[in-house]
Amino acid sequence: MDVMELPRLESPEDRVWPKLLKAETRALSFSYGHRLALKNLSVPVEEYKITALIGPSGCGKSTFLRCFNRMHDLYPETRYQGEILLYPDNRNILARDVDPIEVRMRLAMVFQKPNPFPKSVYENVAYGLKVRGVTDRRILDEKVEQALRSAALWKEVKDRLSGLATSLSGGQQQRVCIARALATDPELLLLDEPTSALDPIATANIEELLLDLKQRVTILIVTHNMQQAARVSDWTAFMYLGELVEFGLTKQLFTNPSKKQTEDYITGRFG
Amino acid sequence: MNKSLAAVPEVIRISEPVIVEATARRRAQHRREQVIESGLFLAALMSVAATAAILAVLLWESLGFFKAVSLTDFLTDTLWTPLFDDARYGILPLLAGTVVTSLIGLLVAIPVGTVSAIYLSEFASSRLRELIKPALELLGAVPTVVYGYFALLVVTPTLQKLWPDLPGFNMLSPGIVIGIMILPLVISLSEDAMRAVPMVLREGSYATGATRLQTAWRVVVPAATSGLVAAYVLGVSRAVGETMVVAIAAGQNPNLTWNPMEPAATITAYIVQVALGDLPHGSIGYQSIFAAGLVLAVTTFAFNMFGHAMRKRFREVY
Repeated sequence: MDVMELPRLESPEDRVWPKLLKAETRALSFSYGHRLALKNLSVPVEEYKITALIGPSGCGKSTFLRCFNRMHDLYPETRYQGEILLYPDNRNILARDVDPIEVRMRLAMVFQKPNPFPKSVYENVAYGLKVRGVTDRRILDEKVEQALRSAALWKEVKDRLSGLATSLSGGQQQRVCIARALATDPELLLLDEPTSALDPIATANIEELLLDLKQRVTILIVTHNMQQAARVSDWTAFMYLGELVEFGLTKQLFTNPSKKQTEDYITGRFG
Repeated sequence: MNKSLAAVPEVIRISEPVIVEATARRRAQHRREQVIESGLFLAALMSVAATAAILAVLLWESLGFFKAVSLTDFLTDTLWTPLFDDARYGILPLLAGTVVTSLIGLLVAIPVGTVSAIYLSEFASSRLRELIKPALELLGAVPTVVYGYFALLVVTPTLQKLWPDLPGFNMLSPGIVIGIMILPLVISLSEDAMRAVPMVLREGSYATGATRLQTAWRVVVPAATSGLVAAYVLGVSRAVGETMVVAIAAGQNPNLTWNPMEPAATITAYIVQVALGDLPHGSIGYQSIFAAGLVLAVTTFAFNMFGHAMRKRFREVY
């Protein structure tokens, strides 16, 4: 990307910030044992927009994402500090009295590697609903179809809903996972490098899908691919060594970064 | 440019004696490795040869037996009385004893073993797991003869308190004890199978808002099916081949019954009985233990084949 060719129109002072927030971290720090992996991050997530997290490998972007659905709770010796607020109810989901399962019921996540369960396509997509105790076949059928349509997979799998999801292609598997995430109508969709295991065509399909999805769901996406961030996101946060270097409108951040470090990274001078 | 080309040193020629020596060393090395390779091959061959030899002996001795007793009688006669004057050789009573005791053992070991393995793999803290696993292995190290007397002197009297009519020798008690005996094996293998389920699958489940129990039951167990089936099948093999417990606690009376409350003999118990020396070497009665052993071998073989078939069918691609 030839960002350096573009004229610098704005000064950093003109930068805008999101208005309607779906979530926000405030002074979020996180540690694995004694290793501090995230340092004091404050990042807003605007509603019905795509916010991308970029940065070199090991900068903590996945760790940051996994704080939102308390995924770190599954492992011993992990510790959060600071707050993650979920709006509109203004709830700090890191608070001690908040049940992580309750948090995960509101959010959904898609992982780096497609991880469909060794079950049928239908059972995969219906999983979240069944876990919530939905047993009405009619509701399940309807939700599964809806989710598969949203994940742009319905046409391809409608005749093989009872086939194993694990026997689909990589791109289809990832879309099953997206459908699984969408089936429960999440308020916030967390995507952890969802296309890193996919070929360029499957990647393009999923990027297109994300642009459609943001009409209905707020998206927070981690990507190691800057072009991807530039293509799909509205806001971008650039992280380095567990710290937030810069946050801003994607267009601005990529064309007119306010920090030297950001500029070096997006122009490929390091990372 | 030309200058630098000229600066390249001339190729240093390796003298002929050096080459000869090097190739000689390589040949010696090759010979040495061939010897080692054949040694390795022979070691690997040993287990196959032992299996083949055992099968050959079983078949050969059974052949002598089947010259005297027809296969039809062997498979359909309902009496097994090799020690009587009017000797009858129907394998069914022994087979029934084996099937009943093994089934009871599995009825104990599969549910208890699976649930324990789920707990150990999905719920227990790593510290607790490190405590329980060695204890289980200890259970597996108890000699089977001890289990036999445990069945006869502890389990049977306890069961008799529940059912006063229960005879001192019965199949229920050794069946239960066989279940306890194969429990460590079933737990250990099932736990391994569940721990082999990739963490990303669990994370996928938790991310949808599932609880631990839902994740264990709806994702981990189905994903581990192949390993679980393998664990059960190995459990079956152990149960079918178990000897001391049934020889001690089930009575040694071949008795065609499917009722676990009655005494009976299993194939293995019969072999022990005869091997103790009641029958003269070379007699039909003596040869009958080889026929019985053949049935045992075929049964375990069939279970293993079944297990592998199941494994293939349920093999999941992660």
